[in-house]
Amino acid sequence: MSHKVIVPIGPYHPLQEEPEFFQLYVDGEKVVDIDIIIGYNHRGIEKLAESKHYDQVPYLVERICGICSSSHPYAYVLSVEDLLGGESKVVPERALYIRTVIDELQRIHSHLLWLGLVGHFIGYNTVWMWAWKNREPVLDMFEMVTGNRNNYAMFKVGGVRRDIKDEDIPVLKKTLDEFTPAIDLFLGAIKDDPVIRGRLKGVGRLTRQQAIDWCVVGPTARASGIDIDIRRDEPYGAITRLDWNVIIEKEGDILAKTTARILELYECVRIIRQCLDKMPKGEIDSDVKDIPAGEGIGRVEAPRGECIHFVKSDGTNRPQRLKIRAPSFTNVASNKVGAVGGTISDAALTLAAVDPCYCCTERLAVIDKSTNKKIMNGWDLVRLCQEKTMQIKEGRL
Amino acid sequence: MSIKTKALTKSIWVFHISCGSCNNCDIEILDCFTPRHDIERFGVQLIGSVRHADALLITGAMNRKSVPRMKKIYEQAPKPCVVVAVGQCALSQHMFRYSYNVREPLDEILPVDLYIPGCPPKPEAIIAGITKLVKKINKGK
Repeated sequence: MSHKVIVPIGPYHPLQEEPEFFQLYVDGEKVVDIDIIIGYNHRGIEKLAESKHYDQVPYLVERICGICSSSHPYAYVLSVEDLLGGESKVVPERALYIRTVIDELQRIHSHLLWLGLVGHFIGYNTVWMWAWKNREPVLDMFEMVTGNRNNYAMFKVGGVRRDIKDEDIPVLKKTLDEFTPAIDLFLGAIKDDPVIRGRLKGVGRLTRQQAIDWCVVGPTARASGIDIDIRRDEPYGAITRLDWNVIIEKEGDILAKTTARILELYECVRIIRQCLDKMPKGEIDSDVKDIPAGEGIGRVEAPRGECIHFVKSDGTNRPQRLKIRAPSFTNVASNKVGAVGGTISDAALTLAAVDPCYCCTERLAVIDKSTNKKIMNGWDLVRLCQEKTMQIKEGRL
Repeated sequence: MSIKTKALTKSIWVFHISCGSCNNCDIEILDCFTPRHDIERFGVQLIGSVRHADALLITGAMNRKSVPRMKKIYEQAPKPCVVVAVGQCALSQHMFRYSYNVREPLDEILPVDLYIPGCPPKPEAIIAGITKLVKKINKGK
C-alpha cells in the first residue's frame, strides 16, 4: 500500500477526558487502521495517593476527571468501605440517598455535555448550544447542594460532607420539572430530524460480539445490546430501593449510543425525584476512625461505564496502594473496530461517540506517508465531518 | 501603546491549550461561549489555530510530555500574544506539585499576563479576568 496515509489526531484537545493521540491510517477516504497512544495527561495520581491519608484521597481522585468528578471519589470510598464491611453497614441511610442524588446529577450533566459535542461534530452547533444551555440548570443544582459547579467534594469514607437542606428540595424538584421538556426536545430531534438520523445511523457500528470481544462498558456496551449496569449488578447507594430501568439499544451505531444516553437522562431524573421524596431524616456521617488492613474494591457505574478502584491497606492512615481503572481506558480501544472501515469524515464522530470526547484542535495533521508532508489539519477533519452533514441536508448524498 | 497591541484589544481571539488538566477548567472555558455566559459579547472568539491567536488560555499542571509541546505552541503564536493561566493547576500546580511527572510551574516557562484562580474558576471569573486584562492593556500599563 504505497498510498497509505497516516492521520495523527490529538494529543491535546479541550474536551477529551484524557488527552489521547490517535493515528489513523487511511487509504484514500477509507480508514484502514488506527493506533491509540495515551499518556499525555499523566500526573502520577496513584503514586500521589500513597502520600495522602484516607480523607485527603477523595479530593485527589476527584481531579482525575472533571466530568466524572463524583464517580471516582465514590468508587474510592466504596473500596475503603469494602474494608470496613460494606457500604450499607458503614454509611447512614440518609447519606446513601444523597450519594445517589449526586451520582445521578453528574450523569445528567455528563450526557448533556457529550450530546452537545456530537452536535458540534456533525456541524449542528445549535444542538451544542441547546445542550449546554440546558446543562446550566443541572450545574445550578450542584452549586445549591455542594457549593461548587464541578469538583463537588461530597464524598468521605463513612458518609457525605454536606446535607441537602429541606428548603432546597422543592427548588431541586422544580428545576428537574423544568428540565424534563429539554430531554423531550433532544429525543425529538434525534428521532425526527432526517439529517441527524442520516448522519448517525449505521456509522461506527459496534456489533454485540465485537463489544464483548473489546470489553466495552457503560452506554457504549448497552447501545450494542449488552445488558450490563453496575448500578443493578452490584448495587450501591440507595439504588436498590428505587424503581428504574436499564436502557438497552440493539443496533450499536452512533444513533443507538445517542438514543441510549438520552433515554438514560429520563431514568436519572426519575431516580433523583424518588430519592428526594424518600430521603429519611438522620445522620449523614458515621465518623469512621480506623481503617483495618486488607484489600478492598469499589465499582461504580460512571457516565461512561464501569469505574474500578482498588485499595490496599496496611492498617496505617495512608493507603499502601491505590489502583484505578477508568471506563474510557477500555472504551477507547474499541475505536479500533468502530472507526476502521469507515470514512475519514466519519472518524471524528466515531472516536467521539464512545465519549472520550475528542475533537483535535491543534495537534492534528494528515501526513502523507511517502512524502511525510502535511496535507490536512485538525479543523479540516471537523470541517469534512460538517460538510458531509451539509451534503445530506441538501440532498446531495 | 503600539498599534499592534491596540488592535489586539478590539477583539481577542483565544486559543485554548489543555496540558494535563482534569478537564474542568476546559469545560468552564467552553461554557463561557454557550448561551448563558456568551463571552462573544466582548468580541472574544475561540479559534482552532494558534497562528491566529491573540491570547493563549492554558490549563493544567504541566507534565514532562506537555512542556516541550507548550513551548513550541507559544513560539508559533504571533506576537504580541497574551498568556492566561486558568485554574489552580496552571497557577501553582495545585495538589500535583509533588508528583514525579509534573515539572516547573507555568510562569517559569512562559511569561504569564493574567492569572485566574479557582478549581475550576467559574465562567464569570474567566469573563471578569479577560475584560480586566483588556482594560489594563488599553490604559497602556
